[in-house]
Amino acid sequence: MVKDEQMAGCKTAPNTASQSGYNYAYLDEQTKRMIRRAVLKAVAIPGHQVPFGSREMPLPYGWGTGGIQLTAALIGPDDVLKVIDQGADDTTNAVSIRTFFKKTARVRTTTRTRQATLIQTRHRIPETPLDEHQIIVYQVPIPEPLQFIEPSRLETRKMHALSEYGVMYVKLYEDIARYGRIATGFDYPVRVNRRHVMSPSPIPKFDNPKMDHMPALQLFGAGREKRIYAVPPYTAVHALDFEDHPFDIEKWDQTCAFCDSRESYLDEVITDDQGGRMFICSDTEYCRNRRAAGNTQHPGSPAPAISPNRSEDRKTL
Amino acid sequence: MNCISNTNPLLKVRSLSKYYGSYIGCRDISIDLWPGEILAIVGESGSGKSTLLNCISGLMKPSTGRVCYRNHNGEVDLVACDEAERRQIRRSELGIVYQNPRDGLRMEVSAGGNIGEPLMANGSRHYGQIRETALAWLEKVEMDTARIDDIPTQFSGGMQQRLQIARNLVTNPKLVFMDEPTSGLDVSVQARLLDILRRLSGELGLALVIVTHDLAVARLLAHRMIVMRQGEMVECGLTDQVLDDPGHPYTQLLVSSVLQT
Repeated sequence: MVKDEQMAGCKTAPNTASQSGYNYAYLDEQTKRMIRRAVLKAVAIPGHQVPFGSREMPLPYGWGTGGIQLTAALIGPDDVLKVIDQGADDTTNAVSIRTFFKKTARVRTTTRTRQATLIQTRHRIPETPLDEHQIIVYQVPIPEPLQFIEPSRLETRKMHALSEYGVMYVKLYEDIARYGRIATGFDYPVRVNRRHVMSPSPIPKFDNPKMDHMPALQLFGAGREKRIYAVPPYTAVHALDFEDHPFDIEKWDQTCAFCDSRESYLDEVITDDQGGRMFICSDTEYCRNRRAAGNTQHPGSPAPAISPNRSEDRKTL
Repeated sequence: MNCISNTNPLLKVRSLSKYYGSYIGCRDISIDLWPGEILAIVGESGSGKSTLLNCISGLMKPSTGRVCYRNHNGEVDLVACDEAERRQIRRSELGIVYQNPRDGLRMEVSAGGNIGEPLMANGSRHYGQIRETALAWLEKVEMDTARIDDIPTQFSGGMQQRLQIARNLVTNPKLVFMDEPTSGLDVSVQARLLDILRRLSGELGLALVIVTHDLAVARLLAHRMIVMRQGEMVECGLTDQVLDDPGHPYTQLLVSSVLQT
């Protein structure tokens, strides 16, 4: 049995274990198998949270331990890995995780969405549409969407089993009663395959429509909460809403200050302490591609940095 | 001792017992309840009133016995049926008002959200309609409609209890269980709440099962009452009959122990 295990490990990654003292892609083969079994079950029941034996990883909970374990269980030498954090390829979290797998799994990494076979993400879905040959792995802090309404885990499991999702709407009701609209902007609850209500992880609701019938496999890993769930390719994903307050995504009056995009999700960046700010694409790769294709903000369009009127600025301070 | 007849009641409880280990919660209770009827369960503390209520409302599983509830589908045994069905019936046709409003309300959710939740749980997905219904129910329980967006912690105890009643009645249930709904409230608030309850049960044709240790509450509201002692039903009958002409020595003691004015 042990021999078989070692051979199975060797097949996917020749000569790695002996060199570094670590198994290929950091996790041992038994752990990877356990995670793959959880993934299979998760794919079979879209949106259902499958418990798994989450391991200690060499980074703190909340930094993507769930996502890293999924990636480690799935990755092979032929994969091309892309890691993004809030849409950016060059933030600390993304760079560190990319380096981690470059070292432990010796895979090629990329920042180009189209080239990647495996994409690990925190809080965004790339603007470039994904295809059938790709897998996207989400890092999830709180997998249970009912938790804010119903603190008992026993009860929430029952509610999922019996499809009792009425209370989910209480949160949306409270939003409308308080703010006049559904103010939930990220981690906006969705119903998968017309059955399970699922947390899409803290992506902006702007990205929710991208999940619906996505050709790529979507996997979600919560390391601290020890849960894995999945949305198989071409599965219906609908955001919850009221008949008279339909789901709607964010819109901006501005365009990206660098590439002039009207379609992408924009981050607001504070540029000085005078109230100056600019809006730029959150997806850095998408923005770079557009600039390479010759898109820039036109001189005629509004200036990138907006300085609001000073007195108003002081009021808010 | 039993309290049953041969016609078709809304709720039939048959030889229901609940044991906590060797300790008796309640033993061999049989009750019938008809649509629109108000039944009071009285007795001293520890006599098994709440155990009985919890068993027949489905909050607790009795050790033996049957609880048959009759709806448009015929008769359902709430003890033997599967949990999905029990929860479905509880959600749409029954209501439970707790002694402490904190147990029955979501304290961090506004009054409107609390009243609207049962509607949403039963499939309502139209914000405007939910809001309108919530406002109408605030009026029915004599609360200020301007406070629809306040959370329960900002309400007084009496208002919280009225809110809990509105939340339970909004789905137009056929049967509502109440565990000491007026205890802990001052006398004037109690009287007002009892008024509301009597009016609403009359208007809606609602059957009520009320657990109380207060004989005055039973006399004001209930058509029939049962008296419990040490887990057993010692007397049952029309309220006036039981209170004016108690048969069992314990009931006589209970009635005579009320201060006469």
